[in-house]
Amino acid sequence: MPAVSKGDGMRGLAVFISDIRNCKSKEAEIKRINKELANIRSKFKGDKALDGYSKKKYVCKLLFIFLLGHDIDFGHMEAVNLLSSNKYTEKQIGYLFISVLVNSNSELIRLINNAIKNDLSSRNPTFMCLALHCIANVGSREMAEAFAGEIPRILVAGDTMDSVKQSAALCLLRLYKASPDLVLMGEWTSRVVHLLNDQHMGVVTAAISLITCLSSKNPDEFKTCVSLAVSRLSRIVSSASTDLQDYTYYFVPAPWLSCKLLRLLQCYPPPEDGAVKGRLVECLETILNKAQEPPKSKKVQHSNAKNAILFEAISLIIHYDSEPNLLVRACNQLGQFLQHRETNLRYLALESMCTLASSEFSHEAVKTHIETVINALKTERDVSVRQRAADLLYAMCDRSNAKQIVAEMLSYLETADYSIREEMVLKVAILAEKYAVDYSWYVDTILNLIRIAGDYVSEEVWYRVIQIVINRDDVQGYAAKTVFEALQAPACHENMVKVGGYILGEFGNLIAGDPRSSPLVQFNLLHSKFHLCSVPTRALLLSAYIKFINLFPETKATIQEVLRSDSQIRNSDVELQQRAVEYLKLSSIASTDVLATVLEEMPPFPERESSILAKLKKKKGPGAVSVELEDGKERGELNGGGDRGGDAAIAASNASTPSPSADLLGLRSAAPVSGATPSAGSLLVDVFSEAGPAATSAGVNDDGFLRFVCKNNGVLFENQLLQIGIKSEYRQNLGRMYLFYGNKTSVQFVSFNTTVSYEIKSRILNVQTKTVEPLVEGGAQVQQVINIECLTDFIDAPLLNIKFRYGGALQNISLKLPVTINKFFQPTEMAAADFFQRWKQLSQPQQEAQKIFKASHGMDTEVLKAKLLGLGTALLENVDPNPENYVCAGVIQTKAQQVGCLLRLEPNAQAQMYRLTLRSSKDTVSQRVCDLLAEQF
Amino acid sequence: KWYMQFDDDEKQKLIEEVHAVVTVRDAKHTNFVEFRNFKIIYRRYAGLYFCICVDVTDNNLAYLEGIHNFVEVLNEYFHNVCELDLVFNFYKVYTVVDEMFLAGEIRETSQTKVLKQLLMLQSLE
Repeated sequence: MPAVSKGDGMRGLAVFISDIRNCKSKEAEIKRINKELANIRSKFKGDKALDGYSKKKYVCKLLFIFLLGHDIDFGHMEAVNLLSSNKYTEKQIGYLFISVLVNSNSELIRLINNAIKNDLSSRNPTFMCLALHCIANVGSREMAEAFAGEIPRILVAGDTMDSVKQSAALCLLRLYKASPDLVLMGEWTSRVVHLLNDQHMGVVTAAISLITCLSSKNPDEFKTCVSLAVSRLSRIVSSASTDLQDYTYYFVPAPWLSCKLLRLLQCYPPPEDGAVKGRLVECLETILNKAQEPPKSKKVQHSNAKNAILFEAISLIIHYDSEPNLLVRACNQLGQFLQHRETNLRYLALESMCTLASSEFSHEAVKTHIETVINALKTERDVSVRQRAADLLYAMCDRSNAKQIVAEMLSYLETADYSIREEMVLKVAILAEKYAVDYSWYVDTILNLIRIAGDYVSEEVWYRVIQIVINRDDVQGYAAKTVFEALQAPACHENMVKVGGYILGEFGNLIAGDPRSSPLVQFNLLHSKFHLCSVPTRALLLSAYIKFINLFPETKATIQEVLRSDSQIRNSDVELQQRAVEYLKLSSIASTDVLATVLEEMPPFPERESSILAKLKKKKGPGAVSVELEDGKERGELNGGGDRGGDAAIAASNASTPSPSADLLGLRSAAPVSGATPSAGSLLVDVFSEAGPAATSAGVNDDGFLRFVCKNNGVLFENQLLQIGIKSEYRQNLGRMYLFYGNKTSVQFVSFNTTVSYEIKSRILNVQTKTVEPLVEGGAQVQQVINIECLTDFIDAPLLNIKFRYGGALQNISLKLPVTINKFFQPTEMAAADFFQRWKQLSQPQQEAQKIFKASHGMDTEVLKAKLLGLGTALLENVDPNPENYVCAGVIQTKAQQVGCLLRLEPNAQAQMYRLTLRSSKDTVSQRVCDLLAEQF
Repeated sequence: KWYMQFDDDEKQKLIEEVHAVVTVRDAKHTNFVEFRNFKIIYRRYAGLYFCICVDVTDNNLAYLEGIHNFVEVLNEYFHNVCELDLVFNFYKVYTVVDEMFLAGEIRETSQTKVLKQLLMLQSLE
């Protein structure tokens, strides 16, 4: 067979490529390329008309330079000239250049389309194919407009050459995928379907891709293809390995065509015609039988080709899900592959078995392989194979093997790859809940989960265990005991502290009889963890402490002591300070009755979908679907709670649905409780109104702050004496804020003094203030400028403290300056494709923050848009497929880094709820922006 | 070769990402890697990797052998193909690809037919 010799073709090109390859450095290469570009430019511009060969050579060099990664901004016209050459080699280079360097210049497009049109009507099959390949490679809308009508004609014309038909079929497929509205099959449908009968296997191979795509979109119009596909398949499957000559690959007759036929059949339900169905079942049986025959070759190509067909046949069998016999045989075959020495086959068998596990006919058969799959989870070297094994274990899990599977998954978690841990944790949590027969096992499992992989246990998981413990009387004592024991470990995960704080706060009394876990021991144990925990956990612990005071009056003095200490009552965190102050007051003022009412045991949670399951469904994971199906059945016994609980429960759940933390983080539930029991509620208000002045004077005025998240100008503060207006502007990571202090009285303020302070030691904001005059005349306004530089992302805002004397009395006002991280947003416009791609790139769990919350204002579209724009991001139109949703993008500019941020807001007008999702490259940013924005609607 | 629309920067990034995920895998690993919302089927020949990115539901083994079929054609066409042949004749490689894969689908699988066509084109001027 004559081969291509190296020197053949264009000598100048070969020399140029050698030169480039001989370049020792990147600089040398660039120099050589620039020299060549200058040369080509001068040749193209020169007076002398270039002959076809030279033009071809230079265009080809440009193409090579482009493929090396350099920009090419000329040569298009010369390439278009080559299209009208009569020489194949010149035409080919012209088409290649145009396909690779697609240009949107409309004049060029007109010329290109003209050339293509000429070649399509040339009746020269070689030229026709070149033109069709160009259309197929470019696939632009302009080309679809110009040729979508012509190509079907070429495809079905009797005198079209086979190779042209192949190209025409796939060319049409590309146009259909790109612009389905322009490709109208109508009258051609039946003739296209009949290409399945074509004598030339290559034509069938190409046409079937087109037919499969069209069938999946319009199954009814193409349904005649089923019987044709079955008979074609049957002929191939029953042929001997030599019958098909050219189309036999390593002794396997037409493997690719067989796969494509089986794939086409998966667009349809099982054939209704008995004869057709019988023939198809026969084919599938033959394929399964062949898998058992000794191989005709030891080459991997032979077994791969054979198994490609086998896996496709099994897909079809699973798709039909109606032939128990075939399903079980498929399962047995896959079972053999589970132990095959080829990693590819083990992987594919695990993957395929995962879908088999969800069929009622083969579920039991799949279960018999449990030991092998567990072994795979432990021993496979390729993480993707282990992932498939974990998926399969999840899919095959039922009541009979749940304990074994959950135990195996837990022990695997200890060494599992970081990339799959969170998903594994969710799966274990779901299985444990779903198949829990006794709930002590469930509690053990979840606590183990936190112990082993605490970092990967998302909020949903620990919320869920608490919901379930609260709803099941029989497990509460056990849960208290177990979590108490777990907390004894010298180092335990913060999530364990959260669960511990919550459960002991609610049910610590159930184990208080044992002197080893007496109230004080419990309290000391919890409090020993306090200092190691983050603010939200500390807040939760404070709530647990006030519950302790209610449960165990003997701890009151100790706990009050703790609450009274400076580190609590003067904590720099507003939330902690407020809780400490309020709880201290509550415990000292309220009578035991009030205390008992306020801190009554949490009412059972109403039934609702497991938030964990919802989370897993969002992730991929083939197993998720099967659980969803069975979920309804299992639910009833899962949470014995049912509907009991009455109004209080519903009130609590309303609070909990928008933000799961509300119902779990303690006294915040004062609001729903007050709704449920008005008498206690009003008492509560009294308590706080008495405690009010004392508490707030120490605190900081917060409400002005949140109003400025989405706007820059307005009135920040106002009382009878003073009004503070604000105007601010931000660019990049810099901001300037103008504060206007207006004296509303007719008397002057003396010793007027303002300070801006920033409590966190590490410098994250650079704030410079100019001092103001100490005298503010009655009715006058003074201005102050504050310059702000954002060094890195931050949460806490600077505090503005204003002191002055009015009529002799010292006035002291503290405000949070409305400097929030979003002020440093630069809007980023992007197209839908970019958005989704970036969205997917930010898929790590910590990069996402999400809140579901109830609308506190109207849901007017324009208002929403204005707020989102005010946030500082770009509001992207036509990105989210659901027009009700909003998506935004922006980059937060800090001195240290830039943080890209994507946002999606999904309003549900009916439920008056929102779901807000933030993704950014930095977890603290996602969380902070999400927190801020969630307060705005 | 691209069968979907991307801009040039995007293409470069994809190439780098694919390179990063594929070249770190060892011979005992599968020939399949999940990649964004797709999967990559790849096969290594000496220092050269041939990669195809397909839908997750596509048939892994069929594409794996599709690569081998393609390489066998190259080998025959260039007579014991080596990397240099592919570099110096890059514009011919495009022709071979278009004969066997078009619009992201398998166009022709018969090596005899492909080679016959290629030799016919070779003889044209």
